[in-house]
Amino acid sequence: MWAGVLVASGACYALKLAGLSLPARWLQGAGIQRTVPLLPVALLAALIATQTFSSGKHLVLDVRAAALGVALIAVLLRAPFIVVIVAAAGTAALLRLV
Amino acid sequence: MVRDALSIAIASGAYALSFGAISTTSGLSLLQTVCLSVLMFTGASQFALVGIVGSGGSVWAGAATAALLGTRNALYGVRLSSLLRVGGLHRFAAAHFVIDETTAMAIARDAESESRFAFWITGLLLFAFWNLGTLVGALATSALPDPKVLGLDAAPPAAYLALLAPSLRAREPLAIAMAAGLVALLCLPFVPAGAPLLIVAALVAVYGLLGRAR
Repeated sequence: MWAGVLVASGACYALKLAGLSLPARWLQGAGIQRTVPLLPVALLAALIATQTFSSGKHLVLDVRAAALGVALIAVLLRAPFIVVIVAAAGTAALLRLV
Repeated sequence: MVRDALSIAIASGAYALSFGAISTTSGLSLLQTVCLSVLMFTGASQFALVGIVGSGGSVWAGAATAALLGTRNALYGVRLSSLLRVGGLHRFAAAHFVIDETTAMAIARDAESESRFAFWITGLLLFAFWNLGTLVGALATSALPDPKVLGLDAAPPAAYLALLAPSLRAREPLAIAMAAGLVALLCLPFVPAGAPLLIVAALVAVYGLLGRAR
């Protein structure tokens, strides 16, 4: 675990430093400028899907889907970040009780 | 400007509370959790790493995804380098603070000196509150026997959604997000844990680079 934590932290720092240090034209190509902002969009969406609708290697539909629905409503209502998280976690916890 | 920076930092501290809680309940130790906030210091990457570990993926799948999410900070660095004019050791310190919030605060200023001040004050305050929030969140939940009791396994997707939402106002990102979620689920049963994310990253890179030719 430690190795992954430290390598990932180093990689994230190196990316920040690269942006400040490398000649700007290296990173200003149209392809990079177009692709890099799309990466977080695709990765965050894939993270949402896989961590909500799967368990191990199986696709499942459980209380986490309801929790995501509540989070979506909170986001659409422009709730603060912490409210979105608490609403989602609370939904999952309550549904497991009933 | 200091008040703006402080309100951003306090909001991020609240967000860090949830990071600390999710991280320790995902199987990372208190020290690992704190190290992520001190050393990685970029929210989406941290959430992705602990979320992947917590859902049964390997730490290396989490590390790869964290790095891919960190690529946008390199583009922020390009925009900031002309504003900040940092050289020598200053640049190594400034690099650590190159994140969404500091970039947004710095590029919103008219004068270069104001940009520099906004960058450093936002970075320093955010760093303080981010790490304080992480520590409190981690301490509060590290003694929990089962994170599912508090529904904390449902928290990471909510965190990703809150991070993703501001990008989804245009049609293209919304379509990409939908497609990415679908592709990840379709390939999930057939590939190792964590691989769906790398497949999605590769596909969106091809899409982005080919789109340039149109």
